[in-house]
Amino acid sequence: MAKLRQCAIYGKGGIGKSTTTQNLVAGLAELGKKVMIVGCDPKADSTRLILHAKAQNSIMQMAADAGSVEDLELEDVLKVGYRDIKCVESGGPEPGVGCAGRGVITAINFLEEEGAYDEDLDFVFYDVLGDVVCGGFAMPIRENKAQEIYIVCSGEMMAMYAANNIAKGIVKYANSGGVRLAGLICNSRQTAREDELIMELAAKLGSHMIHFVPRDNVVQRAEIRRMTVIEYEPQAKQAQEYRDLATKILNNKQLVIPTPITMDELEDMLMEFGIMEEVDESIVGQTASAEAGA
Amino acid sequence: MAAMTREETEALIQEVLEVYPEKAKKDREKHLAVNDQSLEKANKCITSNRKSLPGVMTIRGCAYAGSKGVVWGPIKDMIHISHGPVGCGQYSRAGRRNYYVGTTGVNTFGTMNFTSDFTEKDIVFGGDKKLANLIDEIEVLFPLNKGISIQSECPIGLIGDDIEAVAKVKNKEHGKTIVPVRCEGFRGVSQSLGHHIANDAIRDWVLEKRDGDDSFPTTPYDVAVIGDYNIGGDAWASRTLLEEMGLRVVAQWSGDGTIAEIEKTPKVKLNLIHCYRSMNYIARHMEEKYSIPWIEYNFFGPTKIAESLRRIAEHFDDTIKEGAERVIARYKAEYDAVIEKYKPRLEGKRVMLYIGGLRPRHVIGAYEDLGMEVVGTGYEFGHNDDYDRTIKEMGNATLLYDDVTGYEFEEFVKKVQPDLVGSGIKEKYIFQKMGVPFRQMHSWDYSGPYHGYDGFAIFARDMDMTINNPCWKSFKAPWKTEAASEPVKAVA
Repeated sequence: MAKLRQCAIYGKGGIGKSTTTQNLVAGLAELGKKVMIVGCDPKADSTRLILHAKAQNSIMQMAADAGSVEDLELEDVLKVGYRDIKCVESGGPEPGVGCAGRGVITAINFLEEEGAYDEDLDFVFYDVLGDVVCGGFAMPIRENKAQEIYIVCSGEMMAMYAANNIAKGIVKYANSGGVRLAGLICNSRQTAREDELIMELAAKLGSHMIHFVPRDNVVQRAEIRRMTVIEYEPQAKQAQEYRDLATKILNNKQLVIPTPITMDELEDMLMEFGIMEEVDESIVGQTASAEAGA
Repeated sequence: MAAMTREETEALIQEVLEVYPEKAKKDREKHLAVNDQSLEKANKCITSNRKSLPGVMTIRGCAYAGSKGVVWGPIKDMIHISHGPVGCGQYSRAGRRNYYVGTTGVNTFGTMNFTSDFTEKDIVFGGDKKLANLIDEIEVLFPLNKGISIQSECPIGLIGDDIEAVAKVKNKEHGKTIVPVRCEGFRGVSQSLGHHIANDAIRDWVLEKRDGDDSFPTTPYDVAVIGDYNIGGDAWASRTLLEEMGLRVVAQWSGDGTIAEIEKTPKVKLNLIHCYRSMNYIARHMEEKYSIPWIEYNFFGPTKIAESLRRIAEHFDDTIKEGAERVIARYKAEYDAVIEKYKPRLEGKRVMLYIGGLRPRHVIGAYEDLGMEVVGTGYEFGHNDDYDRTIKEMGNATLLYDDVTGYEFEEFVKKVQPDLVGSGIKEKYIFQKMGVPFRQMHSWDYSGPYHGYDGFAIFARDMDMTINNPCWKSFKAPWKTEAASEPVKAVA
């Protein structure tokens, strides 16, 4: 058996991390790989396309119901879905209360202690909420956890800001824990010269764009049915895109300590691609009425 | 050992600082000083109320300790919830010896531990619901409580629980005062910020309850005792003197105190502050809002007691002034007898102190009444204004040490060789094992009271039995005496 590879998927909120993760995991499963998905988001929506479920019972919710996390058994929280993909959700509080980051830490510790990372697994994918806002959401990339980080992004400005910020977070843990940036996945929003832009950003970060996932409505159609594209319509062109992404990840050897760029460098790049206008310093801080009066 | 000169004391400080790395040395240097009575302001010689250095074994506590342990905890008819994991509440339970009258578990709750006992799931999902349940359960199980305070432990501030909202809702439901206190342990540099936060919480949630309500009949002689925590009965020994001189003590803050007393305090004519450090904030607030003057007093030892009684009396008419003289005269025979008995046994003995709020300066007079000398003192969490008040109390060329480190304190004691060290439980056994007589000056070493004339007699007895205890003569191993210094041949 090959060594277990642990990968974490990060990226700006709403960019399509969960959809991309589940589709590419389906692709890996098709290739005969044993995969587990660990959802690290209080919304617990990282496994629904694999399980055909609304939202899986999460570790933290079940722990709260049972009394404490020590009262749980692995089989209570580990569900098996499409092509034997194992699914767990860390779960967490409703927005605005408690500490979701601590939920991720508790859940991952639980999985380790209960032996969820068994010898038959080829891959673990952590689907992590938004940005690395606190220590809890960096848990998947600490020592002995995910070694490969994939950042999902698009040609939109904020998605690229987020990607650069995540790269900064990886640098911190790269030195202590050996985590590496494994590539950028461009989940297309059909902006102009999007592929070139992401390739350029990836190059600046010292990495590569591992795959360009085009936009296709079949993704939404499959999602309504709580299915991955690969399961819903195996012949679809989009299914092949996800298979290609899965194959590339399977063969990916390009793991680097990223070289995040400064805000100025990023803005220069965006201007070069015409995504951002040159800033007119004279209008900074001017209200609409002040400008009209001038 | 003769008194040290200024130069010798300065050299001692430099010698002790020598072991530190450059950066630590630079920092610690500012916290160590040679006393100079000619200075008006302490900031000319010593820095205080700064963050402790990592790794130095500071003796300080935290903001939770300052609020729950010191200010709020002694209010006996309220229930104080240690909100968070169980340890903070359990290990601060009933250890402070702030005595009270009442039936514990029925109408008073001082030595009990109420905690929300946070576990992992409370951190992740928030503890507001649990807190609300806890308050409901308290109302069922302990219906005679007069109010509840919520003392925040660290996690409450980290996860952002809205304890104020819970307090407001439960106040409406149960009709009792419920006070949220944001005294998370990580706030500030010591327990001192916890005192301030606790004072502010009293100001915001309790003090104005009887504004505009004149039903409480007042007298011209109403006072409140502020900052006496009744350790071993201190506040009781103080209160009798005030009452004997003709004053009416309306409230005790907070030793053996009640929430009703606190609510009535804005009606008094004068606030009497014993522990300035932990309660000056509320006294200043009452001065500003209710125009109640406040004065500091000191009830350790007959000299300071007489000074204080006269100073308090100056705020009142001749009845009280005569009352003060009457009290001093009445107890004179008693305290003269104490001095006559113990002074010969304690005369010339030298003391080093390291304590909390007011005692590093307040007990100096009591030692001096017994012919003893305090040659070194320092505050765990004092501010500049504490050291301002200390400079005049201490002799010239004596040692001042702020937030002293374990190492510094040991070295100072080794070099100065005092006859007695007065500090806390963590220091006690270190110095005793070094062969130095030691008194716990936080808990009075399970004795007390030390306040007032009654307390002085106990104080003198305790110091004598500690310093002149025969055990110190047995401290040296018999084979290490002069006569036995010849190597003894082992029996083959």
